[in-house]
Amino acid sequence: MDRLEPFVPTLTQAVDELEAPPLTLRQLTWRRFRRHKMALVGVVVLVLLVLYSFGGAIFISEAEANYVETGMILQPPSAKHPFGTDTVGRDILARTIYGGQISLIIGLTAMLVETIIGVLIGAVAGYFGGFIDSLLMRFTEAMFTIPQIMWLLVMAKFFSGKVPNIDILGRTFSGSVIVIVLIIGLTSWMYLARIVRSQVLSLKEQEFVLAARATGTSRVSIIFRHILPNCVAPIVVSATLGVAGAITLEAYISFLGLGVQPPTATWGNILERAYNFIEEAPWLWGFPGLLIVLTVLSINFVGDGLRDALDPRSRAV
Amino acid sequence: MTRYIIRRLLQAIPLLLIISFLVFVLMMNAGDPLATLGGRKVTRSEDRKRLARQLGLDQPIYIQYFYWLIGNDWQTFDLDFDGVPETPGRRHGVLRGDFGTSLIEKRPVIEIVWERLPNTLLLMGAYEVVVIVGALLVGVYSALRQYSVMDHIMTALTFIGYSMPIFFVALLTMYLFAVNFKAWGLPYLPTVGMFDPAAGKTAPQVAWHMVLPVFSLAVISLSGYSRYIRSTMLEVLSQDYVRTAKSKGLPQRVVIFVHALKNAALPLVTIVGLDLPSLLAGAVVTERIFAWPGMGLLFLDKVERADTSVVMGILMLVAVAVVIFQIITDVVYAWLDPRIRYT
Repeated sequence: MDRLEPFVPTLTQAVDELEAPPLTLRQLTWRRFRRHKMALVGVVVLVLLVLYSFGGAIFISEAEANYVETGMILQPPSAKHPFGTDTVGRDILARTIYGGQISLIIGLTAMLVETIIGVLIGAVAGYFGGFIDSLLMRFTEAMFTIPQIMWLLVMAKFFSGKVPNIDILGRTFSGSVIVIVLIIGLTSWMYLARIVRSQVLSLKEQEFVLAARATGTSRVSIIFRHILPNCVAPIVVSATLGVAGAITLEAYISFLGLGVQPPTATWGNILERAYNFIEEAPWLWGFPGLLIVLTVLSINFVGDGLRDALDPRSRAV
Repeated sequence: MTRYIIRRLLQAIPLLLIISFLVFVLMMNAGDPLATLGGRKVTRSEDRKRLARQLGLDQPIYIQYFYWLIGNDWQTFDLDFDGVPETPGRRHGVLRGDFGTSLIEKRPVIEIVWERLPNTLLLMGAYEVVVIVGALLVGVYSALRQYSVMDHIMTALTFIGYSMPIFFVALLTMYLFAVNFKAWGLPYLPTVGMFDPAAGKTAPQVAWHMVLPVFSLAVISLSGYSRYIRSTMLEVLSQDYVRTAKSKGLPQRVVIFVHALKNAALPLVTIVGLDLPSLLAGAVVTERIFAWPGMGLLFLDKVERADTSVVMGILMLVAVAVVIFQIITDVVYAWLDPRIRYT
């Protein structure tokens, strides 16, 4: 070994000069994500939107957002009410701030519910196969057979009024927020379940799973520690897009009057009945609508960037 | 092929049973149908009891589902509470083509749904034509002029269109083409309903009222469809047989529309086939905004009033349509693409 020592430093030196130290997976992903300019814009806009709805709460209290002033119905934007007022005289700026909080929280939590259900069903169906697989896949198909908006309406009707209001951090939230999160999660997991299932089906035949099984690793451990970490890319992309989907769906149901109930504001329920005031009060639907479009657009860009960055086949750095 | 179709149909039976049972249980617990009965106040408890017995609502839920499925005309019921079951049941059940009677309208479900179906089909037919033609035009153009300025603009527009909730598109178009055009003294488009009551239900009236809803629906789907055509078209254009066609001196037009597009548009059959049935219901929001008297609006109205039999009728119609269209899509695709064989 002593004899070789003089050569070693020069060798590594040469290698160091030739190429940079190997990048970790995270660095590689970030490098690829960074190349996607629109995704970066999306991240910036999302940060601004979060600042708007959570930072804005410092300046405007929730009481102001729910303050009904019957003498100030449908006022156009002015210095006092920059976004105008709604049908019962509430300030729309304040309501978009507090509505934004709820909409974003609904988007994130519904995505969590959706992802947990989708990953569990997909992984179990793919790993165990046979009877369990065909049972779960039949169920997935059954959920697919009825359009999501119909499921949502039926479930919203089923749960309406069954969940009481909740108090967190001194604020009262309508129980319908939980209902919306739950029903959106329960009706959007099917795509993810199919993706995870197909990934698990191919992964479970690979040698490292055989090795894990041979060393007596438990099934739960094989699924969660050996197989699922390899499916992270599609899960992350699907979860990102799931947030955008959930925000849109919340807006749809609230728009139709079966969503989050007042006084809790969301971007969706500010729009409720807005179609009766297209001509008289464009600010009533314009501002919350714009915020929804902006959020969904940014999330879709980020999701697109993540898809490119996480795709193992695109090796461009 | 026949065996494949039969197997698919048989597989659909448990599927439809699961769905119908799930929705039935949800709807039967979704509110008090007696409280919404035509606005009348059913307050006295003996009245409630009598009504519940007449409508069969006092039975356990699985029995009610059973009656909904196969009817109850072989049984007799004690409707006047004298302890003697003497009135025979009158329902035949879904399996024998009886979808029951609406609680609120007191009319057969089939009749109610049948009235609305043509309106929805009309809207959907027009929409589908606009989307397919538009997607082919945009998609082929973008693929041929890849990375040109127009291609980038169209990519940006499709991304925005894809992110727009349909109600926002609808509200914007209504504001622009109905409200502002009216204010500017231009010919403006109507926003609600199917026809002007003063002018009557004539073909030009209906077509005129269809412009905005069809446009709003199309803007959203056009984005996804045209991206799809663009990518399949790009894939096909780099194939050997297209190069061969070009190199043997065929005119550009023939190469694109005969050789390339024919194969690029093939996967479109799949998306359209899977999209069509869900459109029966997918237009709930659009029909609500434009007050289009179709199935989506009917569904929304009946869900809100917990009219289970109508809701079940619509859902079963949609579910059966989805299953049948899936099979048709598979068969048509196999017929168009000889490389695919089902066994």
